[in-house]
Amino acid sequence: MRRLNPKKAELIAKGVLLLFAGTAVVALVAIVGYVVVNGIGVINLEFLFGRPRSMGREGGILPFIVSSIYLTAISLLVSIPLGLGSAIYLTEYTTEGWATKAIRFGVDCLAGVPSIVLGLFGFMFFVKLLNFGWSILSGSLTVSLMILPFIIRSSEEAIRAVPQSYREVAFATGGTKWQSVTRVVLPCALPGIMTGIVLAIGKCVGETASVIFTAGTSLRIPGSIFDSGRTLAIHFYLLVRETGASDMAYGSAATLLISILIVNFFAYWLMRRFIARVS
Amino acid sequence: MKIRVYQALLVLACVSLALGIGGGCSKRTGRQEGRIRIVGSTSVFPFVEMLAEAYEQTKPGVRVDVQAGGSTVGIVSVRDGICDIGTSSRELRNAEKGGVTIIEIARDGIAIIVHPSNKLDSLTKKQIRDIYAKKITNWKGLGGDDASIAFVTREEGSGTRGAFDEIVMGQDTRISPSGLVQDSNGSIREAVATSPHAIGYISLALVNQKVRAIKVDGAAPTHENLAEGKYPVVRPFLFVIKGQAKGQVKEFIDFVLGPKGQEVLNKEGLLSPIVK
Amino acid sequence: MSLTKDRLVSPVLLAIACFSIAALFVIGLFIFVEGVPIMMKVGVWKFIGSTDWSPLEGKFGILAMIAGSVCVAAGTLVVAVPFGVGCAIYLSEFASKRTVTIVKPAIELLFAIPSVVYGFVGVLFIVPFVREHLGGAGHGFCILTASFVLGIRVLPVIVGISVDALQAVPKVYRDGSLALGATKWQTTTMVTLKAARSGILAGVILGMANVIGETMAVIMVIGNAVVMPNSPLDSVRTLTSNIALEMGYAEGDHRQALFATGVVLFIITMILNTLTRYVTRSRVGKRK
Repeated sequence: MRRLNPKKAELIAKGVLLLFAGTAVVALVAIVGYVVVNGIGVINLEFLFGRPRSMGREGGILPFIVSSIYLTAISLLVSIPLGLGSAIYLTEYTTEGWATKAIRFGVDCLAGVPSIVLGLFGFMFFVKLLNFGWSILSGSLTVSLMILPFIIRSSEEAIRAVPQSYREVAFATGGTKWQSVTRVVLPCALPGIMTGIVLAIGKCVGETASVIFTAGTSLRIPGSIFDSGRTLAIHFYLLVRETGASDMAYGSAATLLISILIVNFFAYWLMRRFIARVS
Repeated sequence: MKIRVYQALLVLACVSLALGIGGGCSKRTGRQEGRIRIVGSTSVFPFVEMLAEAYEQTKPGVRVDVQAGGSTVGIVSVRDGICDIGTSSRELRNAEKGGVTIIEIARDGIAIIVHPSNKLDSLTKKQIRDIYAKKITNWKGLGGDDASIAFVTREEGSGTRGAFDEIVMGQDTRISPSGLVQDSNGSIREAVATSPHAIGYISLALVNQKVRAIKVDGAAPTHENLAEGKYPVVRPFLFVIKGQAKGQVKEFIDFVLGPKGQEVLNKEGLLSPIVK
Repeated sequence: MSLTKDRLVSPVLLAIACFSIAALFVIGLFIFVEGVPIMMKVGVWKFIGSTDWSPLEGKFGILAMIAGSVCVAAGTLVVAVPFGVGCAIYLSEFASKRTVTIVKPAIELLFAIPSVVYGFVGVLFIVPFVREHLGGAGHGFCILTASFVLGIRVLPVIVGISVDALQAVPKVYRDGSLALGATKWQTTTMVTLKAARSGILAGVILGMANVIGETMAVIMVIGNAVVMPNSPLDSVRTLTSNIALEMGYAEGDHRQALFATGVVLFIITMILNTLTRYVTRSRVGKRK
């Protein structure tokens, strides 16, 4: 085979790689764009604040928005203390040893458990065994298991990024370990931690497999955490299943995507602030 | 700043405790007053939701919670006492019948659907059986185009599939495992609507313009044929109750069986139950 | 704040940190306790090795599903690895800083899109495309479709880790190669890529783990037939779709069989996770 001039080879390679990267961006814009463009026409105040009629074929999506917010809030309530606590422990209170290795292994494996298996566990454990029934509580406990590793990892990274000198100053001025953590390290790492939490919100909102068998599919606004409620992502899935590419389906998907986009842009903005702060 | 963090945490803890307790209390009392839990068939689900909507308008203060999970899940849940009414779109098996009351609330036809461009408009039960058992694999053999038949079915535990198995496939023939499986009536309809060579079965009430329901054994799937028993593929929609129906549950069932409830169902294409 | 209180903090945090392992342990325990008895009853080899899945008749063989999951993972990797590693190389070696700030977040955003939306778009566009242009059994619900859809979904995982791996290669390696007269592309392929090999491999393994765990998008586009696949245009069922499709209906032995499927998934994921750590550890080891 004729040997290609290395300069030409590089040009071709650059072109191909640019094509790849371009395709990825185009894919994103195409997917998001298609859904949002088709759905945005459906979104109006009545849609966002109305109740569904005729099995969700008409009307609004308020109960689903409420259920999604409820589920996300409770999941965060559970996983933030646990996740942040674990991260603080792993970074501030121990050195690398077999205990931390074991904990990290546990975190990594938990992160790897497929969401449907967590859903299966949640169904048997929370819904049946603990008799919480199909409820926001069962759903959020399951989802919190899902986002916990994520919060631990991102908080850990954020805390590690805080320069050691900050901590040394805290000790030099007579503070205890806990005081150095709460008054110096955490406030400094806060934007980074918040970024992780915000991204976890994005995951909660889009989660389907682990929620459909735990939080249920009720069309009502949940009155308490023991009530069942359908999240927006699940409603979208059920709509697609039953009605195909209908207006309501596009509208729900568009709302879902727009909220996730907003959440993610917020996370990026926070991350920028964090990097600016610690460098 | 630390004090504020502690205060915030305390407030948060109190709020969640309150939510939990409040929720717990409402759960305890809610079960008896003003709350009916219904779980079951995905086919019956949309109709029960409509009935629940209509019922809640006549009786404000009552909340009817409907979950879809499948016919079998409905039957199992009501026997376990997890819900008040279980719904099913197939007859109960003998093992499931102990200790429960079965009430038929409607009858539904199962339509055999094909893509609108398909030349065929009638098949015999045997032909349908052979298609699903993969004995006939090309439309050509039935007078259609030369193309392989893509047959679509529901998942194993579905009530609709159970009824189809009983009525069309019979005791001795099984649906071939190489059939496409979709998990709801709607998704079968969408799959057939977009694939020119597909065939599937769905609840008659869910047939729309996108697909064509064919005649079975010469009988078209119309209400008249259903009512007169000419169209063979009919299955019951059932409410299953543990023991006897009482209180709120009984009132709801009376509503469903009464004129208002039946009007809701008939408008959607379901038949009223056979009065025995 | 007294020192005693301060000393109390450490054990409390340790307890919290151990929660993750505790949770993992409980989940694993539960799934094993529910799933292993049925595997024993049916026979472990029969469970894993038989293609006959007829739960209502008491036959539980998941080989067809294992094959389905493996084929989907393989297909997705064929799509996502060249694509992903290519994007990573571009971002790390050839793109300007400004381009990176636009393209990298865009790729990360692909992961944030819920998998149901992927399934939706897949059903609307990729299924008809495969059906009309690539033939096959004529309906388009097949491994190829799933590979396209999941390939895009999993791209960010591979890109993210590969970019990190490439960035971690010391600058001196590149400088040395360039000083010897190689072009940037030659440097990348012959030096940088080779050095980042294990990191990229770790990313690929992680991507594969993600694909095996994927459920919603797969159910919508793959047809879910319980057969051993003969070609990428065949419809198959994955382990995850099997659980999702039947979980609502299953009771008794059937439900336990689904838990047993969960056990298999759990084990596969653990193996892939351990493999990832092993691959990254050996890279660090070599460096020393």
